[in-house]
Amino acid sequence: MKKINLPLTKEAIKKLKVGDMVLLSGTLLTGRDQAHKRLADTLRSKKRLPISIKGETIYYTGPTPSKKGEVIGSCGPTTSARMDPFLPLLLKSGLLGMIGKGERSTESNAIIKKHGAVYFMTIGGAGAYLQSKVKKNTIVAYKDLQTEAIRRLIVKDFPAIVAIK
Amino acid sequence: MRRIDSKLIKKAVKDLCIKANTQLRGDVYLALKRLRKKEKSLKAKMVLDTLIKNADIAKKKKLPICQDTGMVVVYLKIGQGVSIKGDISKAIKDGVREAYKEGYFRKSVVKDPFIRKNTSTNLPPIIYTGITSGSKLEIRVAIKGFGCENASATKMFRPTDPMGSVEKFIVDQMKKLGSKACPPMYIGIGIGGTLDKAVSLSKEAIFRPAGKGSSFPHIRKLEKSILKKINDLKIGPMGVGGRSTVFNVSINTYPTHIAGLPVALSVSCHATRDASRIL
Repeated sequence: MKKINLPLTKEAIKKLKVGDMVLLSGTLLTGRDQAHKRLADTLRSKKRLPISIKGETIYYTGPTPSKKGEVIGSCGPTTSARMDPFLPLLLKSGLLGMIGKGERSTESNAIIKKHGAVYFMTIGGAGAYLQSKVKKNTIVAYKDLQTEAIRRLIVKDFPAIVAIK
Repeated sequence: MRRIDSKLIKKAVKDLCIKANTQLRGDVYLALKRLRKKEKSLKAKMVLDTLIKNADIAKKKKLPICQDTGMVVVYLKIGQGVSIKGDISKAIKDGVREAYKEGYFRKSVVKDPFIRKNTSTNLPPIIYTGITSGSKLEIRVAIKGFGCENASATKMFRPTDPMGSVEKFIVDQMKKLGSKACPPMYIGIGIGGTLDKAVSLSKEAIFRPAGKGSSFPHIRKLEKSILKKINDLKIGPMGVGGRSTVFNVSINTYPTHIAGLPVALSVSCHATRDASRIL
């Protein structure tokens, strides 16, 4: 398994091949449906984003609440295809990586490749298993969205497969 | 009349919500192990190993198997000889509320489908009630995650359409779906009745223990054929390839109208979650 550091670089992405099994370590952001809608609305109205997404990797997840003493709750991926409509705007703003589950649209495949970005798939429904790969969890935007808030996570050896690049 | 206090219903619903979310259904766990034993693809074996490990961790640490702790669907079968003391609906809602608070489960329900403000309690549940003979009360709590719920489909066939066209519809839907509903999956199909009855049948089909076929030979044959054809697509666990795409197909049928053939497809992911108790 290849060990990959986050945040990603375009050079690091160039070395990846579709089908590579990787272990991701470093920092990423979480976000799913409602966060993507807000980010896209903000970008379209040319206002400032609450956090920069340039060079970042977004993990599509809405975790369960953390028990006392635990960093995060159950945190497996949600279906990536629902975030397809937001990809063009986010990739243009410098988003480099995405982690989720399931296939993406033909258009998304093309636009991810065009921007030199990468889409990883991780294991859906393995929320309890993936919990142990998260070492730090802080809400950084859209706290009112509760489980759909944007969080900054520090992960260690988070397993994934290169799906589109 | 046998009196059952609604406090017992509240406790049962609470316990069953927690159990269903943290302990994978026994037959589903065994089905994953069977798939793992038979699987030849290396990547598929690794994914299956992770899913089995995940179920073990969830049970041990009382963590949700999947972060999508879903919408709660409660099925009550009330014996005619039962009289219930107290407010059933409130008891059920209180049970769900407490389970989702104390279990640290995700609140994934919004009040209005368009305004979409989170209810913060995972309420309301969806409640189905039926009356049966006897003096028992059966409660089943199903956790419905939406990755697979979004894969649902229905079609109104013509009464003269052949069985093969129904099979093709199901297999084509699964081909389009790919790995979005977290394979390996349990497919429930409802055929007959009215459209809403067919959908109910497709959900109830998933309560059947994996491996137990339909008691109608022609339907049993169709179940096996659909299972094979979907696994022939080689989508595999989480889309990595291999033959472990679907671990079970159950079809429930019901009499229907001379002018119709309603068909409903329900998909349940590898985290097929429900638990029941008889009071």
